[in-house]
Amino acid sequence: MVGGFDFTNFFFMAVIAATPLLFATLGEILTEKSGSLNLGVEGMMFMGAAAGIAASYFYETAAGSGASGIVSALLAVLIGFLAGAFGGFIYSLLTVTLRANQNVTGLALTIFGIGAGNLIGELLGIRAGGFTTVSDSTKSVFSGISIPFLSDIPVIGRLFFSYNFMVYLAVATAVLLIVLLNKTRVGLNLRGVGENPATADAVGINVTKYKYIAASVGGGICGLGGVYISMATVGGNAGTWIDNCIAGRGWIAVALVIFAAWRPSRAIIGALLFGGLSALWLYFDPWLQTFLPNASIPQQIYNVLPFIATILVLIFTSIRQSKELSQPKACGTNYFREER
Amino acid sequence: MEIGTDSVIKLHNISKSFGTVQANKDVSFELNKGEILALLGENGSGKTTLMNMLSGIYYPDSGAIYAGGTEVIIRSPKDSFDLGIGMIHQHFKLVDVLTAAENIILGLKGSAFINRKRLAKEIREISEKYGFSLDPNKKIYDMSVSEKQKVEIVKVLYRGADVLILDEPTAVLTPQEADILFDMLRKMKEDGKAIIIITHKLNEVLSLSDRVCILRKGELVGELQTKDATIQSLTEGMVGRAVNLEIMRDSGALGDERINVSDLTCLNEDGLKALDAVSFGLRAGEILGVAGIAGSGQKELCESLTGLYPIESGSIKFIEDGHTSELTGFSPTEIAKKGVHLAFVPEDRLGMGLVAGLDMVENIMLKSYHNDRGFLIDRKKPKETAEKLIKSLEIVTPGVSTPVRRLSGGNVQKVLLGREIDSKPSVLIVAYPVRGLDINSSYTIYNLLNDERKEGVAVLFVGEDLDVLLELCDRIMVLCSGRISGIVDAKTATKEELGLLMTEQ
Repeated sequence: MVGGFDFTNFFFMAVIAATPLLFATLGEILTEKSGSLNLGVEGMMFMGAAAGIAASYFYETAAGSGASGIVSALLAVLIGFLAGAFGGFIYSLLTVTLRANQNVTGLALTIFGIGAGNLIGELLGIRAGGFTTVSDSTKSVFSGISIPFLSDIPVIGRLFFSYNFMVYLAVATAVLLIVLLNKTRVGLNLRGVGENPATADAVGINVTKYKYIAASVGGGICGLGGVYISMATVGGNAGTWIDNCIAGRGWIAVALVIFAAWRPSRAIIGALLFGGLSALWLYFDPWLQTFLPNASIPQQIYNVLPFIATILVLIFTSIRQSKELSQPKACGTNYFREER
Repeated sequence: MEIGTDSVIKLHNISKSFGTVQANKDVSFELNKGEILALLGENGSGKTTLMNMLSGIYYPDSGAIYAGGTEVIIRSPKDSFDLGIGMIHQHFKLVDVLTAAENIILGLKGSAFINRKRLAKEIREISEKYGFSLDPNKKIYDMSVSEKQKVEIVKVLYRGADVLILDEPTAVLTPQEADILFDMLRKMKEDGKAIIIITHKLNEVLSLSDRVCILRKGELVGELQTKDATIQSLTEGMVGRAVNLEIMRDSGALGDERINVSDLTCLNEDGLKALDAVSFGLRAGEILGVAGIAGSGQKELCESLTGLYPIESGSIKFIEDGHTSELTGFSPTEIAKKGVHLAFVPEDRLGMGLVAGLDMVENIMLKSYHNDRGFLIDRKKPKETAEKLIKSLEIVTPGVSTPVRRLSGGNVQKVLLGREIDSKPSVLIVAYPVRGLDINSSYTIYNLLNDERKEGVAVLFVGEDLDVLLELCDRIMVLCSGRISGIVDAKTATKEELGLLMTEQ
């Protein structure tokens, strides 16, 4: 589109870029609500990404020509979730049962996840003779949907009804978390555990169980963010393992949790904002060139934008003083019943 | 053993020890339906430990607990709830960012989704039944201490408790709030509930309870009907010997004004006024008491006087021998360099007063080392001071080189107060000096303060026990939300008068 900012396509690309951030942010919100600060988001995303693509690859190899794209895609999602959940489980084992320091454990999980993810991805590449890639039928499951009528509405169809299924899964996860945290007893108990585990313990809530489940499910949701990146990223790379594919998105998610003030509803807005920043380069230069024909901003400037925004978010949110919009109080400290 | 028909809870030969410390030894008593039992004892006598075994936080080493005539095993707080026992801890167990209603149903089983309307109605019904009101949708962080206590009480009643255990419930309440609480408890008693109240305040025991059990060093040393008890007999049971409970108010001739504070205003973290135009004078040879609900500006007052808290406006002047020096805006070191001898015994003894990991000599040295000449520090003089204090204040410690954190609360306070008094102050500021101390240590502290008054020192005493303030001080200044709501003569004022001033809007 010449002579204007192509908002429709920009929004579309922003949503595409926002989805892995949203998964990771939601996973970390759930984890932190239970009082565990898991800095291993980046690692769990790597684990999810590699496990997802591996699951698809091995299924296709085993099933041969009869492989179903849908089964292959579901396996990728499921195994990716389990891989992330495994990371969250290891984290719980170390911090809840063995009482290791939460920050150190999270960082170790990140380092482990990056290494393990890249190792698995590279091994698959060697095995496949060059690079790993999944079949076209699997790729098509991860490509945009088309709903009769709805997807055909001009603009609206493109803006809301043309994404791949994981985008809708991410939004559904956010809605589910909103309901869980605000309307249900389980959510109330979870918030109690994250705010004041001694109180929760005294009213008979199983603090250990809540922390394990929240960190594991939260890790699984982070893993889905990884699956999205390895399987559904739009462009030529979908379904192909790229070295270091997560590329710091896990860290942005950790900051987004703060931006979102630990609320899933705000996580949607935050992820969209950051997704927009990373999609900006596609649309900003052409728009700029309508005024300044030869203007071009180097790609590196665009790449660094989300990280600059992260720093700004952390500065501005640290000024915020609100009891409601702040981190669960017990976050970062381990709970021992005997230490009263 | 026979069990009374109305017995709801019975303890039989309960013992519990932590390491080598015997917290409870062979304690047996019964609690009946529709009675209020006071559990009396000094700090560290094992009252709270004993009750924690009923509420499932600790498990007894030996002995048996009976509920309704059958032996029960209480392993967790949940077991305790299931038996209808609810404990209201001294330090409330509430989640700040949740509402009253959410705190009340925390951890309860029921429908997956919360029916907030019905819950609010149920909470209102419970509170109306016992004659008080509680807003189910108010957040805990917006609540006063007495409101939080009501949430705790409704929390156990909502869970269907028939036995309520209250640990030092009036420690943080004004006299008026305490009276309201007592009325609630009496209504619950009429309703057939059994109530145990843990306390060391004798007048509460006498006015509220039906029966008293006295614990001393973990053992049950007395059980009597309240109507047969007197303050003197209860104290003797608690301490183990006759104690003179009179505080001597040795008011000599009042000297001249030593500290003059005018229009002192300080802001808190949120930019609100923690102290609002506070003006008063403190004279040599007097003890000026400061009363008020916790958080009314006491901490800010003490800390701004000693140069630790930023002052927004107003002035603090120090006057000695006709010479006036301005203290406003100076740091503690600068104030000391002016030759002004201020001594401060803060509320937080091991955080602000003393360094917990250092020994007595080093803690004494902290106050004096910068007066030494040369590069190296001199341990000799502070060591002599430490040994002198151990003797004169009867401090119980293995030696001068034991870290102060290993001493008991009373002895820590003696070290701190001793060090401050040893610096020969002309103004002594003490905040909650007897908090957590047993009766004997408390009276030692009161006597020390009395001695300082006789020496002509100006003493500012921030206290919480109104009876003590009335007996010990010359005048009492009441703070209410950072303002002085009144300065009264301690010889003629009453507790009720102070209580009203404390809550004045």
